Amino acid sequence: MTAHTRCQPLLDVLRDPARMAALDLGAWDRLLRQAGAAGLLSRIAVQAEALGLDAALPDPVRPHLTAARTVATKQRQAVRWETRRVARALAGVEGPILLLKGAAYALADLPPAAGRLFGDIDLLAPRAQLGRVEGDLMLAGWHAGGKSEYDQRYYRRWMHELPPMIHLRRGTVLDVHHNLLPETARIRTRAEPLLADARPLPGFPGLFIPRDTDLVLHSACHLFHEGEWGHGLRDLVDLDAMLRAFPAEPSFWSGLLARAAALNLGRPLYYALDCCRRWLRTPIPDAIIADCPAQPPAWQRPLMRWLFDAGLASAHATCRKPWSGPALFLLFVRGHYLRMPWRLLLPHLLHQATTRDRQQD
Amino acid sequence: MKLGDLSPRDLRDLLAGNTLVLRTGPFATRIHSPMPGIADGLLRLYPDFPLDDGDFCDFHVRVGPPTGIRRWLKPQINFWHDGHSPFKPLPANHAFALLEWGLNWCVAGHAHHYLMLHAAVLEKNGRAVVLPGDPGAGKSTLTAALMLSGWRLLSDEITLIDRDDGLIVGLARPVSLKNASIDVIRHAFPDAIIGAPAHDTHKGTVAHLRATPDSIARVGDKARAAWVIFPRWREGAEARLSPHSRADAFLHTANHAFNYSLLGSLGFELNAALMDACECHDFEYSRLDDAMRVFAELAAS
Repeated sequence: MTAHTRCQPLLDVLRDPARMAALDLGAWDRLLRQAGAAGLLSRIAVQAEALGLDAALPDPVRPHLTAARTVATKQRQAVRWETRRVARALAGVEGPILLLKGAAYALADLPPAAGRLFGDIDLLAPRAQLGRVEGDLMLAGWHAGGKSEYDQRYYRRWMHELPPMIHLRRGTVLDVHHNLLPETARIRTRAEPLLADARPLPGFPGLFIPRDTDLVLHSACHLFHEGEWGHGLRDLVDLDAMLRAFPAEPSFWSGLLARAAALNLGRPLYYALDCCRRWLRTPIPDAIIADCPAQPPAWQRPLMRWLFDAGLASAHATCRKPWSGPALFLLFVRGHYLRMPWRLLLPHLLHQATTRDRQQD
Repeated sequence: MKLGDLSPRDLRDLLAGNTLVLRTGPFATRIHSPMPGIADGLLRLYPDFPLDDGDFCDFHVRVGPPTGIRRWLKPQINFWHDGHSPFKPLPANHAFALLEWGLNWCVAGHAHHYLMLHAAVLEKNGRAVVLPGDPGAGKSTLTAALMLSGWRLLSDEITLIDRDDGLIVGLARPVSLKNASIDVIRHAFPDAIIGAPAHDTHKGTVAHLRATPDSIARVGDKARAAWVIFPRWREGAEARLSPHSRADAFLHTANHAFNYSLLGSLGFELNAALMDACECHDFEYSRLDDAMRVFAELAAS
C-alpha cells in the first residue's frame, strides 16, 4: 500500500474537501473515526460548512459535524481569552515574546486555523529573559512545579523549554521555549533570527508571531524531530495549509530555502516537503525540493519514508498497516536519539524506566 | 430486528465478532466484547432495543481484558472507545457496569449537537419533567419508581436538548440504581427487571433496571419539558413540592451540565428557553407511594 491508497477516505478529503459530497454512509463512518482520532474532525467539519455541503449530508453525519464545529469554536475563543491573560502577565517583559504553532495560527488567523484544535499554548522568549518571563507568569498563576526534581533539572539544564507551566485555577498549560530544539540536539539551531524578524500580533501588545518562513520551519522541525506521532497527520495538515497559501508572496520559496540553510533546518524541511507532497499532494515545485539544503543521502530516503509513513498513519487502526509497531518504536528511539547524545540519553532513559516502575508498584 | 430476537449464542457470536450494532435513541453503537457478562447483561436489559444494519455507527466501543501479564494474575476489564481507553481497568465482574459508564462517557464527551444536562427526564401526557439531582439525592430511585408507575423514561443520567428545536431527545437506556435503592425498588416493584449487581464499585453496589416497553417503543418521540424538579430524599419527610427560583434552577443545571460552557451562547439560550417553559420546584420525600401520588396529581393538573 502506498500513501495514495492508505488512510481512505480521510486523505482524499484532506486533499480535496469537496469529495465529502460523494461519500456513502460506510465511508462517513470511517472518515469520522479517522479524522476524530487524528484531531482533524473539526477541520473537515468547518470545510464542509464553508463548501455549503451541510444540507446534503446524510442525517446521521450532520450532528457529528455540528458538534465538532462547536468544539473548535469554543477552543478558539478559549485560546484567545487565555492569550490575553498571557499578554497582560508579560506586559513588563522587554521581549519580544512569540506565539508558536496553534495559538499563532488562531490569533493571526493563518491558513491552518480553520477548525484547528489546541493543546497547550507555545511561547518563545529570548533566553536572557527566561527568568523574568517565568517569574511574571508565576505571579499571574502559572506554575512549573508539577514535575519531580529530576524532571526540573532535566528540562532546565538540557531542554529548549521550561517544564510545562500549569495555571493553578484554570489548569491551562503554557510551554515556554527559548529555542526550537533542545540544547543537546544533534542539529544546532538558533532562535535569535526568529525573534529578530517576528511581526507584532495586532490587538495583543507585546506579543509577536514568527514570519511565514519561520512558521513553516518551526512546524517542520517540531514534527520531524519528535518521537510521539499521535498528532503527526494534523501537524502535516498545518504545513500543507501554509505551503498552499504562503507562496502567494512570490519570494516565499526562495526565502524558505535560504532561511532553512541559515537556521540549519534543511533536513526537517526536506522531510516536510516530501511528506506533504506524497500525503496531501501539496503543490510544491520540483526545483524547491531539489534545492532543499541538507537532504538525506539517497539510501536513507526509503527508510525514512517508511518510518514517517507509519508515524503519520498511526492515529487510527484503519490507517495502520502491518509492521507499523516496529516502525513506531524506531521513530520513538529516533526522537530521543535526535534529542541528546548517548552519554546523556542512556542514563535518562534508565532513570525514566526505573521511576515508572516505582510509580506502578 | 430486536436484540431479544437473538439466541444467547448468536448474541455472543455477534459481540465477539464486532458485528452487533445497538440503537439507543439517536445513537447507533457497535459493541465488541468477548465477555459473557456483557452478553448476559444486554439480553436482560436491552431485549426490546432495535439492532442497526451497521453501515454507520456513532460510537465503536469494546469491553475486554487489558493486555499485559496482569490478565493472568487477576482478571480485569477495560473499555475502549475506537481504540482509546478513557478509564482505568476494573475487576472483570464489573464488565456490564463499565459498559454502561462507557456508553454515558461516549455521549457526554461527543454529542455536542445537544445541550447535555446532568439530569433524569421522564414524560407523561406529553409533558416532560427534568430531574436534576446531586449524587445521593434520590434522583435515580425516584426516576425508577416514576417509570415503573407509568411515566415514560427518556433518560436517567443525561438530558439531551436538541439544538435544532429545543426538544428533549430520549435514550431509554437502563436506570442505574445504587446501594439501598436497589432493594427499595425490588421491594416496591417486584416485577421490575434488574440486572446482576456489581459490588464495590466507586459508586458502591450498582445494578441496572430495564426500561419499560413503552419507554423503549416511544424513544423516538421528542418531549417538551413542563417542570424542572429538584428531588431530595429525607428520612421521615412528607412528600411535598415547594417553589424553586427559575434563576437558581438555571444556574444549577448550567453548572452541572456536561457541555454548557462548550456550547457558548447557544447553551445559554437553550437552557434559558427550558426554564422559561417550565415550573421549577423542590421536592422532598421519604416514601415512594406518597411521591408517586404527588407526581400523579402534577401530571393531571
